[in-house]
Amino acid sequence: MRRVRAFFGGIHPKENKESTNSTPIQVLSAPEVVVVPLLQHAGREAKPLVAKGDEVLKGQPIAEADGRISARVHAPVSGKVAAIEPRPSASGRELTCIVIENDGQERWVERQTHPDPVQLDAQSILERIEEAGIVGMGGAGFPTAPKLTPPKGVIIDYLLLNGCECEPYLTADHRLMVEYPEEIILGAKLMAKACGARRIIIGVEDNKPDAIAALREKAGNIEVVALPTRYPQGGEKQLIQALTGREVPSRGLPFQVGCIVQNVGTAWAVAKAVRDGEPLISRVVTVTGSAVAEPKNFLVPVGTGFQAVIEAAGGFSQTPGKVVAGGPMTGGAQFGLDVPVTKVTGGILCFGVDESKTPDSQPCIKCARCVDVCPANLLPLKLEAYGMNEQWDNAREYGALDCIECGCCTYICPSKRPLLHYIRFAKAEIIARERQSS
Amino acid sequence: MDELKLLVSPSPHVRDTDTTEKIMFAVLIGLLPVVAAAIYFFRWPAVRILLLSSAAAVATEAIWQRLRGQPIRIGDGSALITGLLLGLSVPPTLPSWMVVVGSAFAIAIGKQVFGGLGHNPFNPALVGRAFLTASFGRAMTTWTAPLDGVTAATPLALGAAVSRIPDLFFGQVAGSIGETSALAILLGGIYLFYKGVIDYRIPVGIGATVTVFALLAGENPIFHLLAGSVLFGAVYMATDMVTSPVTKAGRWIFGIGIGVIIMVIRLWGGYPEGVTFAILLMNAVTPLLNRWTRPRIYGQGVKASE
Repeated sequence: MRRVRAFFGGIHPKENKESTNSTPIQVLSAPEVVVVPLLQHAGREAKPLVAKGDEVLKGQPIAEADGRISARVHAPVSGKVAAIEPRPSASGRELTCIVIENDGQERWVERQTHPDPVQLDAQSILERIEEAGIVGMGGAGFPTAPKLTPPKGVIIDYLLLNGCECEPYLTADHRLMVEYPEEIILGAKLMAKACGARRIIIGVEDNKPDAIAALREKAGNIEVVALPTRYPQGGEKQLIQALTGREVPSRGLPFQVGCIVQNVGTAWAVAKAVRDGEPLISRVVTVTGSAVAEPKNFLVPVGTGFQAVIEAAGGFSQTPGKVVAGGPMTGGAQFGLDVPVTKVTGGILCFGVDESKTPDSQPCIKCARCVDVCPANLLPLKLEAYGMNEQWDNAREYGALDCIECGCCTYICPSKRPLLHYIRFAKAEIIARERQSS
Repeated sequence: MDELKLLVSPSPHVRDTDTTEKIMFAVLIGLLPVVAAAIYFFRWPAVRILLLSSAAAVATEAIWQRLRGQPIRIGDGSALITGLLLGLSVPPTLPSWMVVVGSAFAIAIGKQVFGGLGHNPFNPALVGRAFLTASFGRAMTTWTAPLDGVTAATPLALGAAVSRIPDLFFGQVAGSIGETSALAILLGGIYLFYKGVIDYRIPVGIGATVTVFALLAGENPIFHLLAGSVLFGAVYMATDMVTSPVTKAGRWIFGIGIGVIIMVIRLWGGYPEGVTFAILLMNAVTPLLNRWTRPRIYGQGVKASE
C-alpha cells in the first residue's frame, strides 16, 4: 500500500454532496440554440473556421487552435451558424462565440474509431487529443496535448490522475468514476503513453468509496489510492505531495519533479476521443445548491445556457441570490443565466438569497487560523494587510506569488475577512509590475 | 426570471460557521472556573471587583466608540473579557474607584488608542494592571487571606518553605482574586485548548521554562509554577491572540521568553512577581518574532529533480 503523505494545512467544509452523488448522470439534449465560446481554455482564443450562414455537422471543427497553448473547438450540434459575436461568458467577461441553430438532426461528422487504441504510438495519441480539442476538465482548462508534452529531455515518472473532487457540492467527477471507470482507466493509459510516464496513480478522496471500488475493478496494475477527504486535496501540488512525496518548486511546474497531473474527466474525454473519435463537445455538470429544485448531474452539450440546465433540474425552488460556475471554493459568481456551459464548467451552484449574503468583515484578531490552514504555508493575514495597504514589495517577500488561491484562509476566518481577495489583488499587481520592468 | 438579482462576489462562496463572537464567548466560558474560584475564596470583595471591572471596561469601550463615531461593537465580548481579566488580576482589597480607573485605562489606552480590537500591541488587561501597579503600588500589594479576609502575605513573599502545595493548588492562599487556584485555571485552560482557542505552545513554553529555570537556581519548581500569577498569565494572558505570535515557532519563543523574564524578575528583580512585565515585554517583541519565524513557504528552496 502506498504511503500517503498529508499535505500541510487544508480545511474540511461541509460536503453537501449527498443530494447528487448517488443518482446516475442524466443526458441532457441540446437546446435549439447553442452558444460556443472560442475561449474555453487557458491560453489563446481559437480562430473561427466557419462563417455566418454555414451548415455544420455535430463534431465538426468550427475553430482552430491559435498557437501551442490553445485548443480546437467543435460544433456540439448539427445545424447552421447564426452568428459569430461577443456574448457574456461564465468567466465574467464577453467572449467571441459561435452561435449555432440546432437542426435537431444529430448529423455527426465522420468519426474515426479505434477499437484497440492502446496500440497507437505516442505521437498519434497526442494528435488525436489535440484534434479533439481536449483541455483540463478540472477547471483550469489547460490544453491537454501541450501539458502531455514536457520540454525535451524531461523524464516523466508519474502520470497522476486527479479524482479527488475536493470541492464541496460537486459530484460530476464522482459519478463519472462510478459510471465510466473503463474509459477513465483507458484515458489514463493513453495519456501515460503519450507523455512517456512510467507509472500511473489515481488519487480519490476517501469519501467516494464506490468510485474507488469501481476504478479498482478495472484498474489492472494501476494503483488507485484513497486519500483523506480534505480540501484542497485535489490541488495539483497537494496531490503530487500526497501521492509521490515530491514538492513542486516555488513558481515551478509538476514536470520539474517528474509528474503530470490530469483530471479524471480529462481521462474520460481522451478515451472517447481516441477510441470513439468523438471530440470534446459535452461534459458532466453538477447542478445543485439550496435554490435548485432537483439537484442532479447532467451530461451537457457545450454551449447550453445555464438557464436551460437549471430548468432541466426542475428550476429554482426558491429565489436564487447567487449562481456560481464551478465549485464553491474557487468558482466564479455569475451576473446572469445567459452564459453557456463550456469544457471547464464542472458545476452550476445556486444558493438561496440568505445563503448568498457576504458576511460583514470584522477586525483581524490574529487568531492565525488562516496560517494553520494555508497549504502553501503562507501568512495570509500579513498578505491581506499588504494587499490592502498596497505594499507590493512586502507582499512579494511574504510569498504572495506562491498562493494557490484555494480560498482556505477566507473560508476559515472567524472575522469573515476577504483575505484571498486582497492576496489576488497583490498577486496581479506584482505580476503586472514584473512585466513592466522586464 | 428577468427580475433575477444575483450577487457577484469573489470566491470562496462558503464560510466556516465560527465567528469572532463565538471565540470570545468560548473565552468567557473558559474564565468561568476562575471566576467561580475567585468568588468562593474571596466572597463579596471578588463580586464587587468583577462587576465593576467588567462594567467599566464595556462602558469605556461603548463611550469611546460613540465619541469616535464608530459602530458600537461591545457585543463582540472582547471588552468584557478585558474587564474580567483585569478584575481577576487585582487584590481583593483594591478600592472600587481604582478598579474602575484601571479598567477604563485598559480599554482606552491599552486598546482603543491603537485602533481597537485587533490592533493593540499589548494585552489591554495587563496594560491596566501595570498602570495600577505603577500608580497605586501599595493598594496593589495589600493582600488578604482567602475566606476570612485578614491581611496576609502572598506565597511569593513568604517563600517556598512555609507554603503548602495543596493550598497553592486549590487556591487557598493570599493573592489576586483570580490567580490563586491552579485547579480552576487548569480547568479553564483545558476547555480553551479543547475549543481551539489557545495554543498549547505558549503555556507549555512558559511552564517548562519556569520549571527548568527554578531547578537550575536550586528552587522548588512546583512552588514557582503554582505561586503568584504564572499559571493565570500563561493560560489567559499570554495566549491572547491579538498580542501573541501567529507562527508556531514564534509561539514557542514567546512562551520561553516570558518564562525567562518571569524568573529573572523573581530571582533578581525588585518585585516579588514579574508575570505582568514578562508578558508585556514579549508582546513588544511579537511583531519581530512573526517576522523572524516565518514558516518555509511551500516549494521555496526546492530544486527541480532534473
